[in-house]
Amino acid sequence: MSDRRAWLVRRLSVGVLQIAGVLALVFLLTEALPGDAAVALAGDHPDPERIARIRETMNLDEPAAERLAQWAAGLLTGDLGTSLVSGRPVTGYLTAGLGPTLVLAALTMALLVPVAVGLGVLAARREGGRTDRLISTATLAVYAVPEFALGVLLVVVFALQLGRLPPTAVGHGSDPLAEPAVLVLPVLVLLARPVCSISRLVRAGMIDALAAPYSAQARRYGVPAGRVRWAHALPNALAPAAQQLARTLDWLLGGVIVVETLFVIQGLGTILMDAVAARDIPVIQGLAVVFGTLTVLLNLGADLVARHFAPRTGAAA
Amino acid sequence: MRTTGTSRRTVLAAGGGTAAALALAACGGSGSGGSASGGTGGSGEGGDATPRSGGKLRAAFAGGGAGETLDPHLTNLFADAARAKALFDKLAEFGSDMSAQPRLAERWEPNDALDRWTITLRDALWHDGKPVTAADVLYSYRRIADPGQAFRAKAALEPIDLQASEAPDDRTVVFQLKRPYADFPNVMAAFGAYIVQDSAADFTEPVGCGPFRFVSFTPGESLLVSRFDDYWEGAPHLDELEFVIADEESARINALLGGQVEYAHELNPATARAHETGGRIQIIRLANSAMQGFVLKTDRAPFDDKRVREAFFLIADRQELIDGALSGAGEIGNDLFGKGYQYYADAIPQREQDLDRARALLREAGHDPDNGTGLTVTLDTSPVATGFVEAAEIFKTQAAQAGVTVEVKVGNAETYWSDTLDGGMFSCTRSGTMPIESHISQRLLTDSPTNATQWRHADFDDLYQQAQATRDETERAALYERMQRRLHAEGGFLIWGFADWILGAANSVRGIAGDAPANTLDWARFDRVWLAEG
Repeated sequence: MSDRRAWLVRRLSVGVLQIAGVLALVFLLTEALPGDAAVALAGDHPDPERIARIRETMNLDEPAAERLAQWAAGLLTGDLGTSLVSGRPVTGYLTAGLGPTLVLAALTMALLVPVAVGLGVLAARREGGRTDRLISTATLAVYAVPEFALGVLLVVVFALQLGRLPPTAVGHGSDPLAEPAVLVLPVLVLLARPVCSISRLVRAGMIDALAAPYSAQARRYGVPAGRVRWAHALPNALAPAAQQLARTLDWLLGGVIVVETLFVIQGLGTILMDAVAARDIPVIQGLAVVFGTLTVLLNLGADLVARHFAPRTGAAA
Repeated sequence: MRTTGTSRRTVLAAGGGTAAALALAACGGSGSGGSASGGTGGSGEGGDATPRSGGKLRAAFAGGGAGETLDPHLTNLFADAARAKALFDKLAEFGSDMSAQPRLAERWEPNDALDRWTITLRDALWHDGKPVTAADVLYSYRRIADPGQAFRAKAALEPIDLQASEAPDDRTVVFQLKRPYADFPNVMAAFGAYIVQDSAADFTEPVGCGPFRFVSFTPGESLLVSRFDDYWEGAPHLDELEFVIADEESARINALLGGQVEYAHELNPATARAHETGGRIQIIRLANSAMQGFVLKTDRAPFDDKRVREAFFLIADRQELIDGALSGAGEIGNDLFGKGYQYYADAIPQREQDLDRARALLREAGHDPDNGTGLTVTLDTSPVATGFVEAAEIFKTQAAQAGVTVEVKVGNAETYWSDTLDGGMFSCTRSGTMPIESHISQRLLTDSPTNATQWRHADFDDLYQQAQATRDETERAALYERMQRRLHAEGGFLIWGFADWILGAANSVRGIAGDAPANTLDWARFDRVWLAEG
């Protein structure tokens, strides 16, 4: 156990360093973007006097290093600062965007795991059989369709032609649960590619595991085929899938910009896009904190799961 | 029409949109039976003549994300302007020809020197029941002009000496100006110059005096407002109005087609063409809403030579630019701002493409491709506005026919306007609506804040000052014409067109003005809009 705890502590401290590095990098890159929040706000009315005045009111006339230091000092006390554009607290932006993003991510994961595992196990039952060929072809085909194209296609068919589902979440973008029907199409689009990639991983893992000596041994001892499949082979097949799943969850929590834009959902991706366009550095930095922390924690979780299912493979950092 | 109506209802019912279903019920209650039981107008099915009261309209606009605010003095985007217009009022507003129309100001009267204006306020009420007073007006203008702030309308209010301005009584404001200003009413209609309640500084739940009162607001998503019965111009027809934000054009049109909204602002020309004759929705084209052109910097080579500028004016095939860059949604320009507006010099003949003359002018100016002195210019453009990159590419091929090499440089969208104000020599530009007077004072005087063409001529400034000191409107028009003749002959704006602004609306929506350019009085005028049955 102490071995495991040391590993955890090491991984966590590396994670904190990684987050700090990401923050510094994001700050530098944002500073390196042409123009600042004052120029972006002035837009097509670039009166130099007004831009200078805006810069002053936003404290952008202070040196960048000083602003970063101030912001970092605030972060240590849990204060993420305020938006340059609206003057509202950054935490407000993050909580507002996190809600819809979490709803989408949770729904997608809840459907993704059973569907992907089920399809993978089904396909692996008889390698090269009709079911396998059907599932493999279908998943490969769907995987090849970009989210945007799939989204447009689904909207045209289900919302505009058949009139069965709302085409966008307009007006409910920050609280989609108030109108659950608006979630159906976005979740379908989000599911499409991960289902394909993960079911293929599960299938491959299952085929390997079922062909492994321990499965053959179990069968020779008369263990029923179903039990071999679910209790012996599947846990081994899940180790690589768990890591892919963590990556998928990370992708979902980053706010999937294409889906948010297409369906007008006010998630983290939309907030990030707007903040970058407005050069709203405190909001960008706040999002970097959230994304960095989530990524580190999710990968840690995935490694823990992988170690649990297949201890011999070790933790692939 | 009946069949589309039915299919729309099916869409709503199947979509499970409770808000949508409610709105439909509220806007007639006639269901599929067709009996006009709910309406107060009682004009029967789809009666266009008598507006019906009631219902909720949802309008989709592109917005400003989670950073949005309802402070009307921070108005920046079309969505901001539409929301501010629903909640607030200005002293004046621009009519469809960009002449100032009285709003909260009932009338105005200048002194003989045109530097002191007496404004009489209308009998108007705030949403909390208090009357709109002269103190509110002075507070609002002083807030905008605060030297510590950066409100957009600040530059417009610059001519007013607010310290010397006063309120002799509750309904009278006397504006003391720093100089004679015959077109002063334009200032009262300036973008963002809204009147707010005395000492109002927090606009999370704004108290306005506009046709609708505040109900709820989620930045970047939705603003819900309801009818203000005591509005000075008469209560709106709608019970409720909701502004929803959808940044992508595809989302706006899908929401409209799917019955999630009844009004969609800013559609693409291609979308408009696809749905214009389908009967599923109405398409409204607001002509003359955005000037499209190129900026030629008149203070630097090669455009410091007016022959080169004229040659460029003659190179442009304006119709080709409209067709290519705007997908045909617009009309050609004559290198002058404000076609169809008050004081527009429409007596000046339309300029046509004349490549021979252009080549001759360029040769005279020392640019002859035949002897190796051909002209090469860099044209700055950016995906910051629809059609900019396309317009640059089209002009490049047109210029090649006159022996001019144009190198197109695509710049950063967020900083484009600031980059091209003083930088470069030749760039794409566009402009929203404003009076010709504002166009001149903001862009074409020696001390103008955004003088992108670097047009600085003392005699031109004098003409402008002279116009502002001229009380007689005909004489003033003559002075504006002189200024415009000069700009047409040798100015720095190559204005090739005026784009339509395209709206979509559900078939049940009535009362949308079709002739009001974006940002004018009758644009986004939801107090005049009503919902017909079905």
